[in-house]
Amino acid sequence: MIEMSGITKAFSGNVVLNNVQFELADGEIHALMGENGAGKSTMMKILSGIYTKDAGEIKVDGQVVNFKSPKDAEKLGIIVIHQELNMLPDLTVTQNLFLGKELTYGKTGILKTRQMEKEASQLLSKLGLNVNPKTRTGDLSVGKQQIIEIAKAIASNAKVIVMDEPTAALTDREIETLFQTIRELKAKGISFVYISHRMEEIFAICDRITILRDGQYVGVRNIPETNFDEIVAMMVGRELGERFPERKSTIGNTKLEVRNLTVNGLFHNLSFKLRKGEVLGVAGLMGAGRTEVAQTLFGYRKASSGEILIDGKKVVIKSPIDAMKYGIGFVTEDRKTQGLVLDFTIKENITLTNLDKCASSGIVNQTKENSMVAKYIEELKIRTSGPEQRVKSLSGGNQQKVVLAKWLGTEPDILILDEPTRGVDIGARKEIYQIINQLAEAGVAILMISSELPEVIGMADRVIVMQEGKLTGEVMKEQMTQEIIMQYATGGEKGVQL
Amino acid sequence: MSNYKSKEMLSKLGPLFGLILLIIVVSILNPSFLSIANIFNVLRQVSISAIIAFGMTFVILTGGIDLSVGSTLALTGAIAASLLASGTDPFLTMGIALIIGLILGAINGVIITKGKVAPFIATLATMTIYRGLTLVYTDGRPISGLGDHYSFQLFGKGYFLGFPVPVVTMVIAFVILYFILQKTTFGRRVYAVGGNEEAAKLSGINTDKVKIAVYAITGFLAALAALILTSRLNSAQPTAGESYELDAIAAVVLGGTSLNGGKGWIFGTLIGALIIGVLNNGMNLIGVSSFWQQVVKGIVILIAVLMDRKKTV
Repeated sequence: MIEMSGITKAFSGNVVLNNVQFELADGEIHALMGENGAGKSTMMKILSGIYTKDAGEIKVDGQVVNFKSPKDAEKLGIIVIHQELNMLPDLTVTQNLFLGKELTYGKTGILKTRQMEKEASQLLSKLGLNVNPKTRTGDLSVGKQQIIEIAKAIASNAKVIVMDEPTAALTDREIETLFQTIRELKAKGISFVYISHRMEEIFAICDRITILRDGQYVGVRNIPETNFDEIVAMMVGRELGERFPERKSTIGNTKLEVRNLTVNGLFHNLSFKLRKGEVLGVAGLMGAGRTEVAQTLFGYRKASSGEILIDGKKVVIKSPIDAMKYGIGFVTEDRKTQGLVLDFTIKENITLTNLDKCASSGIVNQTKENSMVAKYIEELKIRTSGPEQRVKSLSGGNQQKVVLAKWLGTEPDILILDEPTRGVDIGARKEIYQIINQLAEAGVAILMISSELPEVIGMADRVIVMQEGKLTGEVMKEQMTQEIIMQYATGGEKGVQL
Repeated sequence: MSNYKSKEMLSKLGPLFGLILLIIVVSILNPSFLSIANIFNVLRQVSISAIIAFGMTFVILTGGIDLSVGSTLALTGAIAASLLASGTDPFLTMGIALIIGLILGAINGVIITKGKVAPFIATLATMTIYRGLTLVYTDGRPISGLGDHYSFQLFGKGYFLGFPVPVVTMVIAFVILYFILQKTTFGRRVYAVGGNEEAAKLSGINTDKVKIAVYAITGFLAALAALILTSRLNSAQPTAGESYELDAIAAVVLGGTSLNGGKGWIFGTLIGALIIGVLNNGMNLIGVSSFWQQVVKGIVILIAVLMDRKKTV
């Protein structure tokens, strides 16, 4: 039904897909799997006409096609259901189902409300969904909304439905209903592309699986003929190409202890210890709740229950100001929205956290500020025309160094790093690793959240792994392999329960 | 880098060149514009709107807006007038009025931060409330018969070293506020909150405190403007200050401060207020009908904003 071959795509010189192939048969459920950034979503955006390919060929029913927009793909029955549902919560189910293709009396624009409602209820009952089409969509559970998305796709004669992480927000029972719907539609000849990180679901529902890694095609397997270990090995098989500088730190006493920390709906009963001079990695898939844990430790999110201890003493952290008083620093995941004031200069950003140190009775001492900033620009090798340069004109790596400098200036005892090298080129990466090492050697306790397994393995003394808001494993330096971490992260095999 | 900086400076001074151009045009069309008496007249009028606009600059720099300044002016003016009429000491009166202005402003800040109400809505509500309270307080009638307090009269009508006192007050306020914004930790935080509130909060800045402070400053300055106005008119009108918020916002925007917050400076606001003042006065001198004056003012604001837009692209 669909054959994609030799698909190549680059964004501003950065190749994200290189000669990738993908095949989908009639009535097949085909999983697409790979680590974050492997190119899954780019691949599906090309299939659905959101992106155009740079090279390669797409055939639908044996005919070569060239999609220029999502409309072209839709005409051939290829529909994508995104992770964030496209439902307008204040409209009724019927209104959502017919959004953009309402039935009207000729061109008058007057709606055939009754007929649309009739057709909607027919469609819903065909999918086994017992919902009044006049219900406000936002009042329905996410699971039901998910099925309404499918109904919407079927209403526009979908032959191929691409589902991106459809079960991320569903309960077990809702997943079962969803799978039943998918199986019934499959029996009618509709094909699905199923993108998910959850191994057990893929084994439960898919016929075949294609694996991508770093924008390359790794292979395709028939689900009955493969197993969990083979797939994980295919996903993470890359060699540890990057070099990680060595660290000579002595790990001291427990600096931070977390006991049964919970934020309802995000993560539950998290307990771990972080020692002085230690780099503790936090691994897990996107959405596992790692960033939320960091935000809670930093007082940016309210804990529902649990305790935080620093130097053995229970502390209450209600705001970033409290966290900073206890010597915690937090290099956020997204430097553009959370780390930097983009219109500020390098100088103003670096002193954002500690301007009081360069001021007396509220008046900024320019000389002090300049010398402090000059020190960090030199130490962190920030490549800039000067401290007055605006950070928005810096490269990603240099921006990240500014964020680091901002926190080094507070002289933290505990530093939380959330994806410290995301969007940073290889050269600057190594410099950032060196800074992390220097801090650990100076006795700073470092909590490093990272989605890049080589980075975790290369940098961390110990790693804890989260899956869907739970701590699923802890791995010491000597035992760290990508396979083990991935197993804990995907819940493929129940590891040691902590 | 110096090139980079000087380019930025040049674009910041755009409004100043606009003002100079405007003055040249007006003085060619009517040379009496340049008489000392007229210039003092313009400056005296500008002083009130500029002082309000200074406060508005702080608020807009944080990404907010304050529609209640005109009502705050009316309420604090009425309170000051009634205190004077009942024989209260003029200095005590001024102190009380300023503190009430500060409180009215802080109330805005608390509603916005603690109540999480959008600044536009919050101050739209307090604009109505403060105006209503003024009408209740004055029973809808002007308050006059403020007595013969020399020191209070001086505040609006007197001269200091040959300059009108309101103009001197405006200049002093400008210098202090400029210093606060450019040289203090508080000023830096005002810009940070407007530039990226989330990053500011995550950097340990108490963003609520900063916001409450800027609204309080704005309320204080509205009360200061109220004292000048009350002194000049020797009475307080319950309808005083209507639509002043719009003139203040116009002055801030004309001065190049971004309504999105984080970008701009108070010198620009001073120039913006002067542009509006010169425009009003100039059109009167040239004999443009007051109906057309509105049209021209609106067009000038539009042109300024469009030029600013072009610059940033």
